[in-house]
Amino acid sequence: MAARALLSRRTLASVLRNDAKPLRVGFAAAAAATHSRRGLHVYTLPDLDYDYGALEPVISGEIMQLHHQKHHQTYITNYNKALEQLQSSIAKPDSSAVVKLQSAIKFNGGGHINHSIFWKNLAPAREGGGEPPKGSLGWAIDTHFGSFEALIQKVNAEGAALQGSGWVWLGLDKELKRLVVETTPNQDPLVTKGPNLVPLLGIDVWEHAYYLQYKNVRPDYLKNIWKVINWKYASEVYEKESS
Amino acid sequence: MNLLLPSTASSSSSLSPSALFPCYSHGFSSSSFKFSKKESRCTRKAKRTEITAKFELKPPPYPLNALEPIMSQETLEYHWGKHHRTYVDNLNRQIDGTDLDGNSLEDTVVISYNKGDILPAFNNAAQAWNHDFFWESMKPGGGGKPSGDLLKLIERDFGSFEKFLDEFKTAASTQFGSGWAWLAYKESRLDVGNAVNPLRSDEDNKLVVVKTPNAVNPLVWNYYHPLLTIDIWEHAYFIDFQNGCRNYISVFMDKLVSWEAVSLRLEQAKARIMEREEEAERKRREEEEKPTISKATPELWTQNE
Ligand SMILES: [Fe+2]
Ligand SMILES: [Fe+2]
Repeated sequence: MAARALLSRRTLASVLRNDAKPLRVGFAAAAAATHSRRGLHVYTLPDLDYDYGALEPVISGEIMQLHHQKHHQTYITNYNKALEQLQSSIAKPDSSAVVKLQSAIKFNGGGHINHSIFWKNLAPAREGGGEPPKGSLGWAIDTHFGSFEALIQKVNAEGAALQGSGWVWLGLDKELKRLVVETTPNQDPLVTKGPNLVPLLGIDVWEHAYYLQYKNVRPDYLKNIWKVINWKYASEVYEKESS
Repeated sequence: MNLLLPSTASSSSSLSPSALFPCYSHGFSSSSFKFSKKESRCTRKAKRTEITAKFELKPPPYPLNALEPIMSQETLEYHWGKHHRTYVDNLNRQIDGTDLDGNSLEDTVVISYNKGDILPAFNNAAQAWNHDFFWESMKPGGGGKPSGDLLKLIERDFGSFEKFLDEFKTAASTQFGSGWAWLAYKESRLDVGNAVNPLRSDEDNKLVVVKTPNAVNPLVWNYYHPLLTIDIWEHAYFIDFQNGCRNYISVFMDKLVSWEAVSLRLEQAKARIMEREEEAERKRREEEEKPTISKATPELWTQNE
Protein backbone atom coordinates (compact mmCIF):
# COMPACT_ATOMS: atom_id res chain seq x y z
CA MET A 1 0.00 0.00 0.00
CA ALA A 2 2.69 2.38 1.02
CA ALA A 3 4.79 1.36 -1.93
CA ARG A 4 1.90 1.98 -4.25
CA ALA A 5 1.25 5.37 -2.77
CA LEU A 6 4.90 6.20 -3.11
CA LEU A 7 4.93 5.00 -6.67
CA SER A 8 1.91 7.02 -7.63
CA ARG A 9 3.32 10.06 -5.92
CA ARG A 10 6.47 9.57 -7.89
CA THR A 11 4.53 9.13 -11.07
CA LEU A 12 2.63 12.28 -10.32
CA ALA A 13 5.85 14.11 -9.62
CA SER A 14 7.37 12.94 -12.84
CA VAL A 15 4.24 13.86 -14.73
CA LEU A 16 4.41 17.30 -13.25
CA ARG A 17 8.07 17.57 -14.04
CA ASN A 18 7.91 16.27 -17.55
CA ASP A 19 4.54 17.36 -18.75
CA ALA A 20 2.94 20.13 -16.84
CA LYS A 21 5.57 22.81 -16.81
CA PRO A 22 7.83 22.02 -19.72
CA LEU A 23 4.93 21.04 -21.97
CA ARG A 24 5.74 23.83 -24.32
CA VAL A 25 9.43 23.05 -24.32
CA GLY A 26 8.71 19.44 -25.16
CA PHE A 27 6.37 20.47 -27.91
CA ALA A 28 8.81 22.98 -29.32
CA ALA A 29 11.61 20.44 -29.28
CA ALA A 30 9.47 17.89 -31.09
CA ALA A 31 8.40 20.51 -33.58
CA ALA A 32 11.99 21.61 -34.09
CA ALA A 33 13.05 18.06 -34.86
CA THR A 34 10.31 17.75 -37.45
CA HIS A 35 11.30 21.02 -38.92
CA SER A 36 14.94 20.30 -39.19
CA ARG A 37 14.18 16.99 -40.86
CA ARG A 38 12.18 18.95 -43.41
CA GLY A 39 14.84 21.64 -43.53
CA LEU A 40 12.58 24.39 -42.26
CA HIS A 41 14.07 27.12 -40.12
CA VAL A 42 12.40 27.52 -36.74
CA TYR A 43 12.30 31.09 -35.48
CA THR A 44 12.92 31.76 -31.82
CA LEU A 45 12.46 34.77 -29.60
CA PRO A 46 15.57 36.98 -29.77
CA ASP A 47 17.06 38.10 -26.44
CA LEU A 48 16.99 41.75 -25.55
CA ASP A 49 20.31 43.60 -25.15
CA TYR A 50 19.02 45.16 -21.89
CA ASP A 51 16.86 44.24 -18.91
CA TYR A 52 13.10 44.63 -19.04
CA GLY A 53 13.26 47.43 -16.49
CA ALA A 54 16.18 49.25 -18.10
CA LEU A 55 14.04 51.59 -20.18
CA GLU A 56 12.14 52.94 -17.19
CA PRO A 57 10.60 55.40 -16.66
CA VAL A 58 9.95 55.79 -20.39
CA ILE A 59 8.71 52.21 -20.88
CA SER A 60 7.88 50.17 -17.80
CA GLY A 61 9.38 46.76 -17.12
CA GLU A 62 5.89 45.25 -17.11
CA ILE A 63 5.18 46.49 -20.61
CA MET A 64 8.55 45.29 -21.87
CA GLN A 65 8.15 41.83 -20.37
CA LEU A 66 4.60 41.33 -21.63
CA HIS A 67 5.45 42.78 -25.02
CA HIS A 68 8.54 40.63 -25.49
CA GLN A 69 7.54 37.37 -23.81
CA LYS A 70 3.90 37.27 -24.81
CA HIS A 71 3.23 39.39 -27.87
CA HIS A 72 6.45 38.86 -29.78
CA GLN A 73 6.50 35.19 -28.77
CA THR A 74 2.97 34.71 -30.12
CA TYR A 75 3.92 36.19 -33.49
CA ILE A 76 6.88 33.82 -33.66
CA THR A 77 4.86 30.77 -32.63
CA ASN A 78 2.20 31.50 -35.22
CA TYR A 79 4.75 32.39 -37.88
CA ASN A 80 6.45 29.02 -37.42
CA LYS A 81 3.09 27.27 -37.61
CA ALA A 82 2.09 29.15 -40.71
CA LEU A 83 5.39 28.28 -42.40
CA GLU A 84 4.96 24.64 -41.50
CA GLN A 85 1.46 24.65 -42.95
CA LEU A 86 2.76 26.46 -46.00
CA GLN A 87 5.37 23.79 -46.59
CA SER A 88 2.86 20.98 -46.40
CA SER A 89 0.37 22.88 -48.57
CA ILE A 90 3.07 23.34 -51.20
CA ALA A 91 3.99 19.69 -50.98
CA LYS A 92 0.42 18.48 -51.37
CA PRO A 93 0.00 20.61 -53.56
CA ASP A 94 -2.95 22.73 -52.41
CA SER A 95 -2.81 26.14 -54.08
CA SER A 96 -5.82 27.56 -52.35
CA ALA A 97 -4.33 26.71 -48.95
CA VAL A 98 -1.04 28.32 -50.03
CA VAL A 99 -2.80 31.52 -51.00
CA LYS A 100 -4.97 31.49 -47.90
CA LEU A 101 -1.87 31.36 -45.69
CA GLN A 102 -0.45 34.58 -47.09
CA SER A 103 -2.31 36.85 -44.69
CA ALA A 104 -1.21 34.86 -41.63
CA ILE A 105 2.38 34.84 -42.89
CA LYS A 106 2.35 38.58 -43.52
CA PHE A 107 0.83 39.27 -40.13
CA ASN A 108 2.89 36.94 -37.97
CA GLY A 109 6.08 37.18 -40.01
CA GLY A 110 5.65 40.95 -40.04
CA GLY A 111 5.12 40.92 -36.29
CA HIS A 112 8.37 39.04 -35.83
CA ILE A 113 10.36 41.27 -38.21
CA ASN A 114 8.99 44.50 -36.76
CA HIS A 115 9.49 43.62 -33.12
CA SER A 116 13.01 42.32 -33.75
CA ILE A 117 13.90 45.73 -35.19
CA PHE A 118 12.01 47.58 -32.45
CA TRP A 119 14.06 45.98 -29.63
CA LYS A 120 17.27 47.02 -31.44
CA ASN A 121 15.91 50.53 -31.80
CA LEU A 122 15.74 50.94 -28.03
CA ALA A 123 18.52 51.39 -25.49
CA PRO A 124 18.65 52.52 -21.86
CA ALA A 125 19.56 56.18 -21.48
CA ARG A 126 22.77 55.29 -19.61
CA GLU A 127 23.86 53.22 -22.59
CA GLY A 128 23.38 55.98 -25.09
CA GLY A 129 19.63 55.79 -25.58
CA GLY A 130 18.28 59.11 -26.76
CA GLU A 131 21.60 60.51 -27.97
CA PRO A 132 20.92 62.14 -31.36
CA PRO A 133 22.52 60.51 -34.39
CA LYS A 134 25.92 61.73 -35.47
CA GLY A 135 27.81 61.23 -38.69
CA SER A 136 26.20 60.55 -42.03
CA LEU A 137 22.72 59.73 -40.69
CA GLY A 138 22.67 62.99 -38.73
CA TRP A 139 23.58 64.89 -41.89
CA ALA A 140 20.99 63.04 -43.96
CA ILE A 141 18.26 63.85 -41.41
CA ASP A 142 19.13 67.55 -41.54
CA THR A 143 19.11 67.45 -45.34
CA HIS A 144 15.78 65.65 -45.73
CA PHE A 145 13.77 67.00 -42.82
CA GLY A 146 15.45 70.33 -42.01
CA SER A 147 16.51 69.28 -38.54
CA PHE A 148 16.47 66.43 -36.06
CA GLU A 149 13.61 68.14 -34.17
CA ALA A 150 11.60 68.43 -37.38
CA LEU A 151 12.00 64.68 -37.96
CA ILE A 152 10.78 63.92 -34.44
CA GLN A 153 7.78 66.17 -34.95
CA LYS A 154 6.92 64.48 -38.22
CA VAL A 155 7.20 60.97 -36.77
CA ASN A 156 5.13 61.96 -33.72
CA ALA A 157 2.42 63.54 -35.86
CA GLU A 158 2.15 60.57 -38.22
CA GLY A 159 2.30 58.05 -35.41
CA ALA A 160 -0.43 59.84 -33.48
CA ALA A 161 -2.65 60.11 -36.55
CA LEU A 162 -2.40 56.42 -37.42
CA GLN A 163 -5.81 54.80 -37.02
CA GLY A 164 -5.92 51.66 -34.93
CA SER A 165 -2.82 49.48 -34.75
CA GLY A 166 0.39 49.89 -36.67
CA TRP A 167 3.93 51.24 -36.95
CA VAL A 168 5.61 54.51 -37.81
CA TRP A 169 8.96 54.27 -39.54
CA LEU A 170 12.06 56.16 -40.50
CA GLY A 171 13.28 54.36 -43.58
CA LEU A 172 15.90 54.63 -46.27
CA ASP A 173 14.83 54.44 -49.88
CA LYS A 174 17.88 52.71 -51.36
CA GLU A 175 16.89 53.51 -54.91
CA LEU A 176 16.22 57.21 -54.49
CA LYS A 177 18.87 57.50 -51.77
CA ARG A 178 16.61 59.44 -49.46
CA LEU A 179 15.09 59.17 -46.01
CA VAL A 180 11.35 58.69 -45.65
CA VAL A 181 8.80 58.67 -42.83
CA GLU A 182 6.08 56.10 -43.41
CA THR A 183 3.35 54.36 -41.47
CA THR A 184 2.15 50.78 -41.93
CA PRO A 185 -1.10 49.28 -40.63
CA ASN A 186 -1.21 46.32 -38.23
CA GLN A 187 1.97 44.24 -38.57
CA ASP A 188 2.78 45.13 -42.15
CA PRO A 189 6.56 45.52 -42.37
CA LEU A 190 8.02 48.62 -44.04
CA VAL A 191 8.92 46.70 -47.19
CA THR A 192 5.18 46.51 -48.02
CA LYS A 193 5.38 50.25 -48.74
CA GLY A 194 8.08 49.78 -51.33
CA PRO A 195 10.63 47.09 -52.18
CA ASN A 196 13.56 49.50 -51.81
CA LEU A 197 12.68 50.67 -48.34
CA VAL A 198 14.99 49.68 -45.50
CA PRO A 199 13.81 50.31 -41.92
CA LEU A 200 16.21 52.35 -39.78
CA LEU A 201 13.78 53.00 -36.95
CA GLY A 202 10.34 51.57 -36.27
CA ILE A 203 8.04 52.63 -33.45
CA ASP A 204 5.27 50.30 -32.37
CA VAL A 205 2.04 52.24 -31.92
CA TRP A 206 -0.19 49.29 -31.11
CA GLU A 207 -2.00 49.98 -27.87
CA HIS A 208 -0.21 47.02 -26.26
CA ALA A 209 3.06 48.93 -26.63
CA TYR A 210 2.02 51.70 -24.24
CA TYR A 211 -1.43 51.11 -22.75
CA LEU A 212 -0.44 50.03 -19.24
CA GLN A 213 1.49 53.25 -18.81
CA TYR A 214 0.11 55.87 -21.15
CA LYS A 215 -3.48 54.61 -21.57
CA ASN A 216 -5.25 56.58 -24.29
CA VAL A 217 -2.52 59.20 -24.60
CA ARG A 218 -0.44 57.86 -27.47
CA PRO A 219 1.17 61.27 -28.16
CA ASP A 220 2.82 61.21 -24.71
CA TYR A 221 4.27 57.78 -25.40
CA LEU A 222 5.64 59.06 -28.70
CA LYS A 223 7.01 62.19 -27.08
CA ASN A 224 8.85 60.17 -24.42
CA ILE A 225 10.17 57.29 -26.48
CA TRP A 226 12.89 59.47 -28.05
CA LYS A 227 14.68 59.37 -24.69
CA VAL A 228 15.46 55.69 -25.25
CA ILE A 229 15.94 55.52 -29.01
CA ASN A 230 19.15 53.80 -29.98
CA TRP A 231 20.47 55.97 -32.82
CA LYS A 232 23.69 54.01 -32.95
CA TYR A 233 21.80 51.06 -34.40
CA ALA A 234 19.94 53.22 -36.93
CA SER A 235 23.25 54.83 -37.98
CA GLU A 236 24.92 51.47 -38.50
CA VAL A 237 22.08 50.25 -40.70
CA TYR A 238 22.11 53.53 -42.60
CA GLU A 239 25.84 53.40 -43.24
CA LYS A 240 25.72 49.79 -44.35
CA GLU A 241 22.73 50.26 -46.64
CA SER A 242 23.66 53.61 -48.18
CA SER A 243 27.23 52.78 -49.12
CA MET B 1 -9.35 48.90 -50.33
CA ASN B 2 -10.54 45.37 -49.77
CA LEU B 3 -10.23 45.84 -46.04
CA LEU B 4 -13.36 47.91 -46.12
CA LEU B 5 -15.52 45.29 -47.76
CA PRO B 6 -17.66 42.99 -45.70
CA SER B 7 -15.66 39.96 -44.77
CA THR B 8 -17.75 37.12 -43.54
CA ALA B 9 -15.89 34.98 -41.12
CA SER B 10 -16.19 31.49 -42.43
CA SER B 11 -14.10 28.70 -41.10
CA SER B 12 -14.61 26.18 -43.82
CA SER B 13 -11.06 25.08 -44.48
CA SER B 14 -9.07 22.29 -42.98
CA LEU B 15 -6.60 24.81 -41.63
CA SER B 16 -7.63 25.91 -38.21
CA PRO B 17 -7.85 29.63 -38.90
CA SER B 18 -7.81 31.01 -35.40
CA ALA B 19 -4.61 29.16 -34.62
CA LEU B 20 -2.57 31.62 -36.66
CA PHE B 21 -4.04 34.83 -35.43
CA PRO B 22 -3.16 37.48 -32.88
CA CYS B 23 -5.53 36.28 -30.21
CA TYR B 24 -4.08 32.85 -30.23
CA SER B 25 -1.58 32.33 -27.49
CA HIS B 26 -1.06 29.25 -25.42
CA GLY B 27 0.04 28.52 -21.92
CA PHE B 28 -0.46 32.07 -20.80
CA SER B 29 -1.78 32.63 -17.34
CA SER B 30 -2.94 36.16 -16.83
CA SER B 31 -2.40 35.87 -13.11
CA SER B 32 1.30 36.46 -13.57
CA PHE B 33 0.58 39.95 -14.86
CA LYS B 34 -1.64 41.65 -12.37
CA PHE B 35 -1.38 45.35 -12.18
CA SER B 36 -2.37 47.71 -9.48
CA LYS B 37 -5.95 48.84 -10.01
CA LYS B 38 -5.84 51.85 -7.81
CA GLU B 39 -3.76 54.03 -10.13
CA SER B 40 -5.45 57.12 -11.39
CA ARG B 41 -9.18 57.72 -11.46
CA CYS B 42 -10.67 59.50 -14.36
CA THR B 43 -12.08 62.74 -13.13
CA ARG B 44 -11.58 65.00 -16.12
CA LYS B 45 -14.63 66.98 -17.16
CA ALA B 46 -15.31 67.58 -20.83
CA LYS B 47 -14.11 70.99 -21.84
CA ARG B 48 -16.56 72.02 -24.49
CA THR B 49 -16.94 75.70 -23.83
CA GLU B 50 -15.81 76.88 -27.25
CA ILE B 51 -17.73 74.26 -29.22
CA THR B 52 -21.46 74.42 -29.79
CA ALA B 53 -21.66 70.71 -29.08
CA LYS B 54 -23.93 68.59 -31.19
CA PHE B 55 -23.29 65.09 -30.01
CA GLU B 56 -23.37 64.25 -26.34
CA LEU B 57 -21.29 61.56 -24.71
CA LYS B 58 -24.01 59.18 -23.55
CA PRO B 59 -23.11 57.18 -20.45
CA PRO B 60 -23.44 53.38 -20.55
CA PRO B 61 -26.88 52.19 -19.36
CA TYR B 62 -25.35 50.96 -16.06
CA PRO B 63 -22.86 52.29 -13.49
CA LEU B 64 -19.20 52.09 -14.47
CA ASN B 65 -18.53 49.40 -11.88
CA ALA B 66 -21.54 47.28 -12.86
CA LEU B 67 -19.61 44.91 -15.11
CA GLU B 68 -17.05 44.03 -12.42
CA PRO B 69 -15.23 41.76 -12.03
CA ILE B 70 -15.27 40.92 -15.74
CA MET B 71 -14.84 44.40 -17.08
CA SER B 72 -13.35 46.59 -14.40
CA GLN B 73 -14.42 50.07 -13.45
CA GLU B 74 -10.93 51.20 -14.39
CA THR B 75 -11.43 49.89 -17.93
CA LEU B 76 -14.77 51.66 -18.22
CA GLU B 77 -13.31 54.88 -16.83
CA TYR B 78 -10.71 54.92 -19.56
CA HIS B 79 -12.68 53.29 -22.33
CA TRP B 80 -15.84 55.34 -21.91
CA GLY B 81 -14.47 58.32 -19.98
CA LYS B 82 -11.45 58.91 -22.21
CA HIS B 83 -11.50 56.99 -25.50
CA HIS B 84 -15.20 57.36 -26.23
CA ARG B 85 -15.21 60.96 -25.01
CA THR B 86 -12.30 61.86 -27.26
CA TYR B 87 -14.10 60.46 -30.32
CA VAL B 88 -17.20 62.53 -29.51
CA ASP B 89 -15.23 65.70 -28.73
CA ASN B 90 -13.11 65.40 -31.85
CA LEU B 91 -16.15 64.74 -34.00
CA ASN B 92 -17.93 67.84 -32.70
CA ARG B 93 -14.83 69.89 -33.36
CA GLN B 94 -14.46 68.44 -36.86
CA ILE B 95 -17.99 68.94 -38.10
CA ASP B 96 -18.60 72.31 -36.47
CA GLY B 97 -19.80 74.62 -39.25
CA THR B 98 -19.37 72.06 -42.03
CA ASP B 99 -21.94 70.39 -44.28
CA LEU B 100 -21.97 67.43 -41.92
CA ASP B 101 -23.32 69.56 -39.11
CA GLY B 102 -26.92 68.85 -38.13
CA ASN B 103 -27.18 65.20 -39.15
CA SER B 104 -27.93 62.31 -36.83
CA LEU B 105 -24.87 60.38 -35.70
CA GLU B 106 -25.91 57.40 -37.81
CA ASP B 107 -26.27 59.57 -40.92
CA THR B 108 -22.95 61.26 -40.18
CA VAL B 109 -21.31 57.83 -40.19
CA VAL B 110 -22.81 56.86 -43.53
CA ILE B 111 -22.25 60.24 -45.20
CA SER B 112 -18.65 60.57 -44.02
CA TYR B 113 -17.88 57.00 -45.12
CA ASN B 114 -18.57 58.46 -48.55
CA LYS B 115 -18.82 55.06 -50.26
CA GLY B 116 -15.34 54.05 -49.14
CA ASP B 117 -13.58 57.29 -50.03
CA ILE B 118 -13.71 58.30 -46.39
CA LEU B 119 -13.91 61.89 -45.16
CA PRO B 120 -11.81 62.99 -42.14
CA ALA B 121 -14.81 62.89 -39.76
CA PHE B 122 -15.54 59.23 -40.45
CA ASN B 123 -13.25 57.67 -37.87
CA ASN B 124 -14.55 59.79 -35.02
CA ALA B 125 -18.18 59.53 -36.09
CA ALA B 126 -18.05 55.76 -36.50
CA GLN B 127 -16.13 55.24 -33.27
CA ALA B 128 -18.62 57.43 -31.38
CA TRP B 129 -21.47 55.36 -32.78
CA ASN B 130 -19.69 52.02 -32.29
CA HIS B 131 -19.02 52.69 -28.63
CA ASP B 132 -22.64 53.73 -27.89
CA PHE B 133 -23.67 50.50 -29.55
CA PHE B 134 -21.07 48.49 -27.65
CA TRP B 135 -22.10 49.77 -24.20
CA GLU B 136 -25.69 48.92 -24.98
CA SER B 137 -24.68 45.44 -26.17
CA MET B 138 -23.73 44.55 -22.58
CA LYS B 139 -25.45 44.41 -19.24
CA PRO B 140 -24.52 43.27 -15.74
CA GLY B 141 -25.35 39.60 -15.42
CA GLY B 142 -25.66 39.18 -19.17
CA GLY B 143 -24.68 36.25 -21.33
CA GLY B 144 -26.47 32.96 -21.49
CA LYS B 145 -28.70 32.17 -24.41
CA PRO B 146 -31.14 34.31 -26.39
CA SER B 147 -34.75 33.27 -26.78
CA GLY B 148 -37.79 33.71 -29.00
CA ASP B 149 -37.50 34.97 -32.56
CA LEU B 150 -33.82 35.76 -32.21
CA LEU B 151 -32.91 32.24 -31.14
CA LYS B 152 -35.02 30.78 -33.96
CA LEU B 153 -33.24 32.95 -36.51
CA ILE B 154 -29.83 32.08 -35.07
CA GLU B 155 -30.66 28.40 -35.33
CA ARG B 156 -32.00 28.85 -38.85
CA ASP B 157 -28.99 30.80 -40.13
CA PHE B 158 -26.09 29.23 -38.21
CA GLY B 159 -27.38 25.72 -37.52
CA SER B 160 -27.32 26.10 -33.76
CA PHE B 161 -26.54 28.64 -31.06
CA GLU B 162 -23.21 26.88 -30.42
CA LYS B 163 -22.24 27.19 -34.07
CA PHE B 164 -23.10 30.86 -33.99
CA LEU B 165 -20.93 31.29 -30.89
CA ASP B 166 -18.05 29.59 -32.67
CA GLU B 167 -18.38 31.74 -35.73
CA PHE B 168 -18.65 34.95 -33.73
CA LYS B 169 -15.65 34.11 -31.56
CA THR B 170 -13.61 33.15 -34.61
CA ALA B 171 -14.45 36.43 -36.32
CA ALA B 172 -13.50 38.36 -33.20
CA SER B 173 -10.24 36.53 -32.57
CA THR B 174 -8.97 36.62 -36.14
CA GLN B 175 -8.64 40.38 -36.46
CA PHE B 176 -5.22 41.41 -37.73
CA GLY B 177 -5.30 44.60 -35.73
CA SER B 178 -7.85 46.90 -34.12
CA GLY B 179 -11.49 46.48 -35.00
CA TRP B 180 -14.90 45.08 -34.24
CA ALA B 181 -16.89 41.89 -34.71
CA TRP B 182 -20.62 42.03 -35.36
CA LEU B 183 -23.82 40.09 -35.55
CA ALA B 184 -25.95 41.82 -38.15
CA TYR B 185 -29.29 41.30 -39.83
CA LYS B 186 -28.68 41.44 -43.56
CA GLU B 187 -31.45 42.60 -45.78
CA SER B 188 -31.76 40.58 -48.91
CA ARG B 189 -31.49 42.62 -52.06
CA LEU B 190 -32.61 40.29 -54.76
CA ASP B 191 -33.91 43.23 -56.76
CA VAL B 192 -31.78 43.88 -59.81
CA GLY B 193 -31.97 47.21 -61.54
CA ASN B 194 -35.63 47.94 -62.04
CA ALA B 195 -36.76 44.33 -61.65
CA VAL B 196 -38.34 43.82 -58.28
CA ASN B 197 -38.40 40.53 -56.44
CA PRO B 198 -42.15 39.80 -56.49
CA LEU B 199 -42.03 37.37 -53.59
CA ARG B 200 -40.07 39.29 -51.03
CA SER B 201 -40.42 38.00 -47.54
CA ASP B 202 -38.77 38.06 -44.17
CA GLU B 203 -37.23 34.73 -45.05
CA ASP B 204 -34.88 36.43 -47.49
CA ASN B 205 -33.19 38.39 -44.73
CA LYS B 206 -30.62 36.64 -42.65
CA LEU B 207 -28.25 36.91 -39.74
CA VAL B 208 -24.57 37.20 -40.54
CA VAL B 209 -21.32 37.53 -38.59
CA VAL B 210 -18.86 40.10 -39.92
CA LYS B 211 -15.70 41.76 -38.73
CA THR B 212 -14.53 45.26 -39.53
CA PRO B 213 -11.14 46.99 -39.22
CA ASN B 214 -10.57 50.05 -37.02
CA ALA B 215 -13.68 52.26 -37.03
CA VAL B 216 -15.66 50.67 -39.86
CA ASN B 217 -19.10 49.32 -39.02
CA PRO B 218 -21.81 47.50 -41.00
CA LEU B 219 -23.98 50.62 -41.32
CA VAL B 220 -21.75 51.76 -44.15
CA TRP B 221 -22.67 48.85 -46.39
CA ASN B 222 -26.35 49.69 -46.32
CA TYR B 223 -28.78 46.83 -45.81
CA TYR B 224 -26.77 45.52 -42.89
CA HIS B 225 -28.53 46.14 -39.59
CA PRO B 226 -26.10 45.71 -36.68
CA LEU B 227 -27.48 43.76 -33.72
CA LEU B 228 -24.46 43.05 -31.52
CA THR B 229 -20.84 44.12 -31.37
CA ILE B 230 -17.64 43.46 -29.47
CA ASP B 231 -14.80 45.97 -29.39
CA ILE B 232 -11.51 44.23 -30.15
CA TRP B 233 -9.23 47.18 -29.96
CA GLU B 234 -6.60 46.35 -27.36
CA HIS B 235 -7.83 49.19 -25.12
CA ALA B 236 -11.08 47.25 -24.62
CA TYR B 237 -9.40 44.42 -22.74
CA PHE B 238 -5.79 45.30 -21.98
CA ILE B 239 -6.25 46.39 -18.37
CA ASP B 240 -8.34 43.33 -17.48
CA PHE B 241 -6.97 40.62 -19.77
CA GLN B 242 -3.58 41.88 -21.06
CA ASN B 243 -2.92 39.78 -24.17
CA GLY B 244 -5.67 37.30 -23.27
CA CYS B 245 -7.90 38.44 -26.08
CA ARG B 246 -9.57 35.06 -26.59
CA ASN B 247 -10.41 34.89 -22.95
CA TYR B 248 -11.99 38.34 -23.16
CA ILE B 249 -14.08 37.32 -26.15
CA SER B 250 -15.31 34.14 -24.42
CA VAL B 251 -16.19 35.89 -21.19
CA PHE B 252 -17.94 38.65 -23.12
CA MET B 253 -20.22 36.10 -24.77
CA ASP B 254 -20.73 34.07 -21.57
CA LYS B 255 -21.29 36.85 -19.07
CA LEU B 256 -21.83 40.26 -20.66
CA VAL B 257 -23.97 40.13 -23.80
CA SER B 258 -27.40 41.67 -23.37
CA TRP B 259 -29.58 39.38 -25.48
CA GLU B 260 -32.55 41.63 -24.66
CA ALA B 261 -30.82 44.49 -26.44
CA VAL B 262 -30.02 42.25 -29.39
CA SER B 263 -33.64 41.04 -29.61
CA LEU B 264 -34.93 44.58 -29.45
CA ARG B 265 -32.56 45.64 -32.23
CA LEU B 266 -33.76 42.74 -34.36
CA GLU B 267 -37.35 43.95 -33.96
CA GLN B 268 -36.28 47.48 -34.83
CA ALA B 269 -34.38 46.25 -37.86
CA LYS B 270 -37.43 44.36 -39.10
CA ALA B 271 -39.60 47.42 -38.59
CA ARG B 272 -37.08 49.60 -40.42
CA ILE B 273 -36.90 47.19 -43.32
CA MET B 274 -40.69 47.17 -43.58
CA GLU B 275 -40.74 50.96 -43.51
CA ARG B 276 -38.16 51.15 -46.27
CA GLU B 277 -40.13 48.70 -48.38
CA GLU B 278 -43.36 50.60 -47.92
CA GLU B 279 -41.58 53.78 -48.84
CA ALA B 280 -40.10 52.18 -51.96
CA GLU B 281 -43.48 50.75 -52.86
CA ARG B 282 -45.12 54.14 -52.45
CA LYS B 283 -42.52 55.73 -54.71
CA ARG B 284 -43.03 53.06 -57.33
CA ARG B 285 -46.77 53.65 -57.31
CA GLU B 286 -46.28 57.39 -57.62
CA GLU B 287 -44.05 56.86 -60.64
CA GLU B 288 -46.62 54.62 -62.27
CA GLU B 289 -49.39 57.13 -61.67
CA LYS B 290 -47.53 59.91 -63.41
CA PRO B 291 -46.49 58.39 -66.74
CA THR B 292 -47.01 61.60 -68.72
CA ILE B 293 -44.63 63.63 -66.64
CA SER B 294 -41.86 61.08 -66.71
CA LYS B 295 -42.21 60.86 -70.49
CA ALA B 296 -42.20 64.58 -70.89
CA THR B 297 -38.86 64.98 -69.18
CA PRO B 298 -36.71 63.24 -71.81
CA GLU B 299 -38.45 65.29 -74.52
CA LEU B 300 -37.38 68.48 -72.84
CA TRP B 301 -33.85 67.17 -72.91
CA THR B 302 -34.03 66.49 -76.64
CA GLN B 303 -35.30 69.96 -77.27
CA ASN B 304 -32.46 71.46 -75.32
CA GLU B 305 -29.97 69.59 -77.39
FE1 LIG C 1 4.03 45.26 -30.40
FE1 LIG D 1 -13.03 50.98 -27.89
